[in-house]
Amino acid sequence: MTRAQRTQTPRTRSDFSWRDTLMSYAFLAPALILLTLFTFYPLAYGSYLGFTEYGGARFGQGLPPKWIGIENFRTLFADPLFLTSLGNSVKYLVVVPVLQLASLAVAVLVNKNLPGMPFFRAAYYVPVVTSISLAAVMWEWVYNKDGTLNWVLGALHLLPGGAVGWLNGESTAFWAVMLVTFWRGFGYYMVLYLAGLQGIPEELEEAAVLDGASAWQRFWQITVPMMKPTILLCSLLSTIAALRVLEEVLVLTNGGPLNSTYTALMYVYSKAFQGFNFDYGLASAAGLVVAVVALALSVANFRLFRDSDGDDK
Amino acid sequence: MSAVTRPIVQTVPHRRSNKKALRLVLRYVMLTVVLIFAVFPFVWTFAIAITDKRAGTSIYDFPASLFPKAVTLNNFLEVYRTFELGKYVWNSISITALTVVGTLIVSALAAYPLARFRFPGRNIIFAIIVATLVLPGETTFIVNTLTLKNMGLLGTHLGVVIPTIAGAFGIFLMRQAFLGVPTALLEAARLDGAGEMTILTRIMLPLSKPSLAALGIFTLVGTWNAYFWPMLVLSAAPDKAPLSVAVLRLKGQFNYDPFNIAAGSLIMMLPVLLVFLAAQRYFMKGMEGAVK
Repeated sequence: MTRAQRTQTPRTRSDFSWRDTLMSYAFLAPALILLTLFTFYPLAYGSYLGFTEYGGARFGQGLPPKWIGIENFRTLFADPLFLTSLGNSVKYLVVVPVLQLASLAVAVLVNKNLPGMPFFRAAYYVPVVTSISLAAVMWEWVYNKDGTLNWVLGALHLLPGGAVGWLNGESTAFWAVMLVTFWRGFGYYMVLYLAGLQGIPEELEEAAVLDGASAWQRFWQITVPMMKPTILLCSLLSTIAALRVLEEVLVLTNGGPLNSTYTALMYVYSKAFQGFNFDYGLASAAGLVVAVVALALSVANFRLFRDSDGDDK
Repeated sequence: MSAVTRPIVQTVPHRRSNKKALRLVLRYVMLTVVLIFAVFPFVWTFAIAITDKRAGTSIYDFPASLFPKAVTLNNFLEVYRTFELGKYVWNSISITALTVVGTLIVSALAAYPLARFRFPGRNIIFAIIVATLVLPGETTFIVNTLTLKNMGLLGTHLGVVIPTIAGAFGIFLMRQAFLGVPTALLEAARLDGAGEMTILTRIMLPLSKPSLAALGIFTLVGTWNAYFWPMLVLSAAPDKAPLSVAVLRLKGQFNYDPFNIAAGSLIMMLPVLLVFLAAQRYFMKGMEGAVK
């Protein structure tokens, strides 16, 4: 914007026209009403419910919420199931670095003008646009005791103990669910990394090639540093997503076997809607705990990347 | 990206070109391994869905079940008839259409003043909308079901749709598109006496078609595939459930007929797959736009 233009722009409050203001609010009204009703009000009211005793009947019909202070949180931290679920959610974060490294590696693989690359990119994105219900149907067959995973591992002589029902085993179900998360996620992050990779100037790569840098050196000394903002964004998104895993668990194992896949949001959901307790107060409190952990992890993510890259603008 | 073809250097020693070829082969091998990982479940499901089950084959008979001997479309017909799949297809279409139309309207309306007018409170409103992207809403689904219950919308398609149509993503996307429309065009229209609604529908929207299409497609695929929220809202009205929810019920009911389940699943995947293949570019570009 040139200086001449800037002086023409109205700066003081009195320069706003009533007509524009009214019109603007009329146009914004639907979005603002919906956001208030279905995003901000539930955030506020849900937080309040966390400190109340509320529920007991479906949709809380009957008694109104009753303030009980931090009682729900005491109950939560004395509930082994909640501790297990919170622990599982934290353990689920293991998927983040693996997922990010793999997506970045795949993005590097397809980021070259070679025949077939558009096909590979599109094919890798297909799991992203797959519904979780469809993924559940397909992966259950893969994980079945007679399924393809066992067949492949058997053919490679990697199954010393015989066929495994991957989703039924207490020690395997968690990782089996995580693999589905990985499968549905890597194409998504690949596209984000691809966008970042295409922003790296080609001369940089070419100069490194001339200097005799190996592909490995080029990856760690050019690609990774140049991709830092993208890596931050992706790891942030992926951390939050991992903490909030619910659908995969719900459709693949429903938290079992023996709660080995029970995640924190699974706990929130089941306290509120499964069985006959309808304990909205306790569920809201659990949701608050997860929200606080999510916020803390986001802040930590930012800190981590900012500190390791102090000269960033 | 510029497609710079590197000049073929004649003097490259054989060993080096061999190494280069080897690296190329290695790249394609790795790409193929990832490809198998990404699409294998689909290929197998497809094979099961078109297998003629009357031959008495088992889906777990490898590798035979990957290459069906007798191919048929019977499974699709059977699952469509016996499970009244048409009903669920219709539910999916209804929920998805309402959501897409609602999202486009609400986003475009909100984005117009945010992009084009200066009014008191604009920055605050913009900040509020941005905030929805970072606020962790772990408890919103609980309160939202209670709200829908009070509004009498629980168990209806409208109840699934309304809470989802106002979102930062759509408003951002449309605002970005509107910012790109030349100011001179709007001023000319105003001089001709056009009202703001006319300007929005006759100038802004036609000039923002690519963004509208991108938002529409994103919303369509997301809504068609959504599981948790429609399952929750429609838990007491199973007949109104979309395909994504019904397919899992199908699994419970026909646990011993995987051929029908596979066919039903493919019926569900097909529209999304077609939309994705047709609009791949929008997806990739839309995603890339999120980083830049």
